Amino acid sequence: MAVDTQFHVLAVDDSLIDRMLIERLLRTSSFQVTAVDSGTKALELLGLQGNHEEGEQEQHEDHHDMEVNLIITDYCMPEMTGYDLLRKIKESENLKNIPVVIMSSENIPSRINRCLEEGAEEFLLKPVQLSDVDRLKPHLMRTKSRPHDQKEESE
Amino acid sequence: MEVSEMQRQFVEYSQSLFREGYLDSQFTQLQQLQDESNPDFVMEVVTLFFEDSERLIRDLTCALDQQIVDFKTVDAHVHQLKGSSSSIGAQRVKNACVEFRNFCEEQNADACRACLQQVNQEYFLVKSKLQTLFTMEQQIVAAGGSIPIMD
Repeated sequence: MAVDTQFHVLAVDDSLIDRMLIERLLRTSSFQVTAVDSGTKALELLGLQGNHEEGEQEQHEDHHDMEVNLIITDYCMPEMTGYDLLRKIKESENLKNIPVVIMSSENIPSRINRCLEEGAEEFLLKPVQLSDVDRLKPHLMRTKSRPHDQKEESE
Repeated sequence: MEVSEMQRQFVEYSQSLFREGYLDSQFTQLQQLQDESNPDFVMEVVTLFFEDSERLIRDLTCALDQQIVDFKTVDAHVHQLKGSSSSIGAQRVKNACVEFRNFCEEQNADACRACLQQVNQEYFLVKSKLQTLFTMEQQIVAAGGSIPIMD
């Protein structure tokens, strides 16, 4: 069945080259992409400023600055690591259901386990390939139905 | 020169770069991401890589020139260079970085300087080869031909 709206992925990586790459990979796979260079910027876009959530008493969808279906983040970043970002997202009432994927150039089992235990959906080894991006689709599909402003689609 | 001859030389040259380990399959991935809507993708990413690498090599030279070497900083730079070279498929540069990081961990300044020389050499080699490759592509296109797809 045709999909009305594209999925929107927020990509976080401090490396410009890797941002270009992930953007291209995601766009080739028909995702809409916003790429930022830090966890701080990502949180701002998601509506979390500093340590406070805006309008945390209310659950209005439109208080989000940006609607995101998946967050893909590098692990090794200055100031805020991908793990720190993951934790902040999972601690947020409004954001915790957004699937988060971590990327890293280093294959460190303890790092991978920590991230998965904290709630990351997948851990991708860099350089990320098109086939890796294909693995993201199921995670996005399950966040697809939003009763408020989109038609319900059954697959 | 005939277009077909240019194309043949291009294919041969391309294959040699892979065979000799200058480039790996990640470069092929980059080429696969290029299409009519993003015709300069490879060139853009590689140009960024050139700028990034030269800056990092300069910073590394400076860091290793210090009386007291800050190995944390050195390692951070090498980690970045390893990442970007890996992302574009510059295999020999990446491998040189892997070795370099081992010596950072050992805090061996002399070995690090030797590694920097190696990284520098591999970088300028791959830069020159990629520039040759791009020039060959441009000549084919200018002559009205299409660039052979490598797989």
